[in-house]
Amino acid sequence: MSTRRFTFHRFWAIVLKEFIQMKRDRVTFGMMVGIPLMQLIIFGFAINSDPKHLPAAIRAADQGPFARTLVAALKNSGYFTLVREAATEAEAQRLLQLGEVQFVINIPEDFSRQLLRGERPTVLIEADATDPAAVGPAVSATRALADTVFNHDLSGPLARLRAKEGPVDFRIHAHYNPENITQYNIVPGLMGVVLTMTMVVITALAITRERERGTMENLLATPVRPIEVMLGKILPYIAVGYIQVSLILLAARFIFHVPMVGNLALLYAVSFLFIAANLSVGITFSTLAQNQLQAVQMAFFFFLPSILLSGFMFPFRGMPEWAQTIGSCLPNTHFLRIARGILLKGNGLAEIAPELWPLLLFLAVAMTIGVKRYRQTLD
Amino acid sequence: MSATDYAIDVTGVTKRFGAKTVVNAIDLQVRRGEIYGFLGPNGSGKTTFIRMLCGLLTPDAGSGTCLGYDLRAQQADIKRHVGYMTQRFSYYEDLSIRENLDFIARIYAVPDRAAAVQQSLERLGLQNRSHQLAGQLSGGWKQRLALAACLIHSPQLLLLDEPTAGVDPKARREFWDEIHRLAADGLTVLITTHYMDEAERCHRLAYLAYGNLLTRGTLDEVLTTAKLTTWTVTGPGLRALADLLRGRPGVEQVVAFGNTLHVSGRDVAQLDATIATVRSAQHDWRKIRAGLEDVFISLMDEAKDNFS
Repeated sequence: MSTRRFTFHRFWAIVLKEFIQMKRDRVTFGMMVGIPLMQLIIFGFAINSDPKHLPAAIRAADQGPFARTLVAALKNSGYFTLVREAATEAEAQRLLQLGEVQFVINIPEDFSRQLLRGERPTVLIEADATDPAAVGPAVSATRALADTVFNHDLSGPLARLRAKEGPVDFRIHAHYNPENITQYNIVPGLMGVVLTMTMVVITALAITRERERGTMENLLATPVRPIEVMLGKILPYIAVGYIQVSLILLAARFIFHVPMVGNLALLYAVSFLFIAANLSVGITFSTLAQNQLQAVQMAFFFFLPSILLSGFMFPFRGMPEWAQTIGSCLPNTHFLRIARGILLKGNGLAEIAPELWPLLLFLAVAMTIGVKRYRQTLD
Repeated sequence: MSATDYAIDVTGVTKRFGAKTVVNAIDLQVRRGEIYGFLGPNGSGKTTFIRMLCGLLTPDAGSGTCLGYDLRAQQADIKRHVGYMTQRFSYYEDLSIRENLDFIARIYAVPDRAAAVQQSLERLGLQNRSHQLAGQLSGGWKQRLALAACLIHSPQLLLLDEPTAGVDPKARREFWDEIHRLAADGLTVLITTHYMDEAERCHRLAYLAYGNLLTRGTLDEVLTTAKLTTWTVTGPGLRALADLLRGRPGVEQVVAFGNTLHVSGRDVAQLDATIATVRSAQHDWRKIRAGLEDVFISLMDEAKDNFS
């Protein structure tokens, strides 16, 4: 038989061997099925680029029938869910800053009177525009509403008020990112994504590599404790994580001109928690994985929802309830809000506290599982 | 002899992986300063037994002490005073020789680390290669590095798992000279090997098959208790002669050693009777004392019948 030409039986021998090896590595096989399935579910059901039911607060100084019609119309548009009533301007601001509401709708005191006089009263809609994608569709829908909202109320002799420009003037005030620059939202978010990706992958390999190369047996035979191994492996990568944070912040400042209104020291401090949380996840993966390929796949499995369900690429509030629940379990979701909050809104410790404790909780759980999983003996 | 004179003193040590008993109720006493050879076919449980001795595995049954520390309760103390050389090279290939030694010395908190590392480099003749990456070393040098590394914390007991596999004869001899020097200084060494010449350099031997300890003692004791008789035969047509002898009463092994055939069996009378029927002038027959290899193969065949 020829040795120089392509022969089917040699080629087929390789094909069969690859299939056998693929079959043996159950985790890899599972991931090959699991990852597309997860993407299918996330892209098919969870992601929504036209987010509706966004939480809004209303500050109505006029409670008249026209005002009520307006509020009802906004509700019926499907874009707003009225969750709060703000009594004062300060309260409204605070709700926006904490991220509890996406919009504050301000109805002025003499709304009905101005409307009847044909003076086109101004309804101020304040929006948390850190994520332009979350705000855009709702704003467009509101603008379209202006022309038709009072068609029913302004009938008969009042029909003249249905002027060409619309009887109400919706004025949108986009807070935190008034020019709707996507980079302002993406670049701080990138910090969380980059850290998730590198930190989890690097440490997922850390212990698996020792096991694959046989150095683990040696390490286990020494008096070194599991917690010493874990912390010792984590610390160098915390330094790497900080270099990444600094690089992204420098780029944000000098290349993308992202405004930095908050306290950078606070951001650096919180980054520590986030980096440590991701490293713990990586270590946990590396105690589960049999080989380095599996470790990388597990990291990828964690990375996908972290990028897609965290509010990094798509508006968090646009996702269905179940997807938001998954997203809330991921450290990246909370870190994104913290990073954006500090950089764009100037949030301080008090404002980021609601996002801080989930991070802490996640870190504690991941760390515990990691240490438990890392077996001191081989049995 | 009091209990503390034993570096290893265990009874009934057993380990199961699932339904398979890998180590079955092994008793073993190793005196301090002794070189104890551990022999047995692949998969006989040698590595598992060693891993239990150094605290890497917890025995399912049995008890005992290693350097006076309890096998179950004091694994951390055992680890501190034992040097374990794994079967597979298990130091960091992307670290240099010096960095590897320094790492291990730090883990064990060796006092005056720099001096200890330097000393261990010199002792094993590694000082000229100290900056070479461990991954680039040949088998013999890797073995030297591994030995240096597991000695750096001055252990009292050395557990060596097939340390000379894949090492050339000269390096093997140097390695054994070093082991004997260490033992003379009071270090206890438990060593597994497949080489008969190495087995003969041990003070005491134990033979393990299918997780069972089949024999133990000094070389002489092992050979005597085996009660094996071996005939050697030289001459023409040995292949045909071997085929003729196999399976005949009293003949347990027929093994070719170059131009000589070894014919062994435990029943002397039956063996001699069988040989008498095939003996002729064209062959030179001699009765010799059975060698270690003959004894071990005989033990293994016997064990196969009993345990598998």
